[in-house]
Amino acid sequence: MRTAVIVFPGSNRERDMRLALGGSFGEDPVMVWHRDTDLPKADLIVLPGGFSYGDYLRAGAMAANSPILREVKARADAGVHVLGVCNGFQILTETGLLPGALMRNADLRFVCRDVHLKVERADTAFTGGFRAGDVLRCPVAHHDGNYFADAGTLDALEGEGRVAVRYCDETGAPTEAANPNGSQRNIAGIYNERLNVLGMMPHPEDAVHPLLGGLGGKPLFDGMAAGVGDAA
Amino acid sequence: MKAKVHVTLKNGVLDPQGKAVGHALQALGFDGVGDVRQGKYIEIDLADTDAGAAKARVEDMCQKLLANTVIENYAIEIE
Repeated sequence: MRTAVIVFPGSNRERDMRLALGGSFGEDPVMVWHRDTDLPKADLIVLPGGFSYGDYLRAGAMAANSPILREVKARADAGVHVLGVCNGFQILTETGLLPGALMRNADLRFVCRDVHLKVERADTAFTGGFRAGDVLRCPVAHHDGNYFADAGTLDALEGEGRVAVRYCDETGAPTEAANPNGSQRNIAGIYNERLNVLGMMPHPEDAVHPLLGGLGGKPLFDGMAAGVGDAA
Repeated sequence: MKAKVHVTLKNGVLDPQGKAVGHALQALGFDGVGDVRQGKYIEIDLADTDAGAAKARVEDMCQKLLANTVIENYAIEIE
């Protein structure tokens, strides 16, 4: 199974992502520089975290309009699985592959700490390594992670089972105190309509080793290794 | 020609930066400061000679890049 990680100027989590993907997929991902016009065939395309193009204009706005993203969008439209983490999630909303927007954190501070996440469903190509309702622990590190969408969009996301993960306490309760950035309805990650695109602010790739932040993110990568080959 | 574009958050979208600026102004003793909203101002030099055509192009620029219309409004002036 082949994976690809798109690297922009200013990406900084691409090597963490590479390790996490390699560990679960058993094969190193292809690292694709944003200027490469050839995107190799892949079962999973990942947009990693960081500050692509220095967050100029808006986080993710420049990357979303780069030529390589047109290709990523075409692949996503064809059913290939795409995962965007942190800046990758911001890029996915800026391209319109995912609805809503990620705004400045409500308390205006950069937040860098571990959070708990509730996995809303386990029957997608991304989450087969979990059971629905599982609570995992992994870090967040962002300044613009405050998920916003209008009420109609939020209701649609909830109604269609497109909320992927929610900020919660260690028991799984989506409390205000557990929300690190003011995201509406504690939303930390969402799917597109077809469930082949997942964007999330937290960093599961930084929780795949017991010595480095625990194993909270490992089931996501194991689940994807088993699940993303099914479509496309 | 020159285009002047103001990008602002839509009504109903919380603006924590504007709020913090408002609080700071009050703390400095400026009375009667109500809601503060923060936005962006962008100037673009254009080769266009027709104001109508220029405005249409800048409108397209706003839709495609300069504003995120999920959360932002924009206003265009052509000079």
